[in-house]
Amino acid sequence: MTIPYPAPQPGFWASAAMISAIILTSTAGEVLTAAAMKSIGDLDEIRAHSGLKGAIRAVLTCPLFFAGVSFLALAFFALLFALNHLNLSLVAPASASLTLVTNAIAGKIFLKENVDRRRWTSAVLVCIGVYLLAH
Amino acid sequence: MSHARLSPRQYMILGLVSLCAPLGDTCLSRGMTGLPDITLAHPATLIAAVFTPWIGAGIALLIGFFASYLTALSWADLTFVLPATAFGNVIVALLARFWLHEPISLERWAGILLITVGVGFVARGPSLTERPATESTIAEPVTIGKEQA
Repeated sequence: MTIPYPAPQPGFWASAAMISAIILTSTAGEVLTAAAMKSIGDLDEIRAHSGLKGAIRAVLTCPLFFAGVSFLALAFFALLFALNHLNLSLVAPASASLTLVTNAIAGKIFLKENVDRRRWTSAVLVCIGVYLLAH
Repeated sequence: MSHARLSPRQYMILGLVSLCAPLGDTCLSRGMTGLPDITLAHPATLIAAVFTPWIGAGIALLIGFFASYLTALSWADLTFVLPATAFGNVIVALLARFWLHEPISLERWAGILLITVGVGFVARGPSLTERPATESTIAEPVTIGKEQA
């Protein structure tokens, strides 16, 4: 009878690649979804004018929204793949906290958001906080 | 509508984003651990699981999360919404401590403190980037991926 050994953990670069895949697909999904919602306009105002059906129609007829959701689905599968190879205690805090920083960078570059010192400080504080909480 | 400061209703939507995601995940976890093992050989059991009370409640909460998240993104910046709704992590930790009586290490208390300070910091600032009146908010995001002239 052989005693099963625990599966060896992937090396540094393989782990970094898996976590990077989650962060990149998640960031792309968040940015595309945010761009879609900005292109649609204030949902509260649309609902006030066209009702709930009108608001749902406005979201479901926006191609950018489906691009965003597709990337978020990819991020979910990348997370499942990483969890198959790496420990949850590494993947969850690393991906959750770093995604906040990459979103701040992507928001500034692609969405032209005003990421001032207040938002940078907040993103970094929450990033460290999420890491400490989930680790 | 002015977007520089949020109305009480908009704060309520941000609160829903913070609450619905962790509560939905908790309901799904509670529901799935109470079920017998599900295998690919019997996929119908997975469909039946959707109609159990905990999983049904979890799905409803996650739909509520996504709807309120999309609503928040329609009137606030992504770089405002994400840190502001990170307070859900703190709510889960506090529920675990005071409801489930789980111990919380010093590291986690430090995490709770940092997230609270971060959320308070971003919530005091403007929620939406002000753009010139001539610039259409509809046309702006379409420029994503295009090369700058």
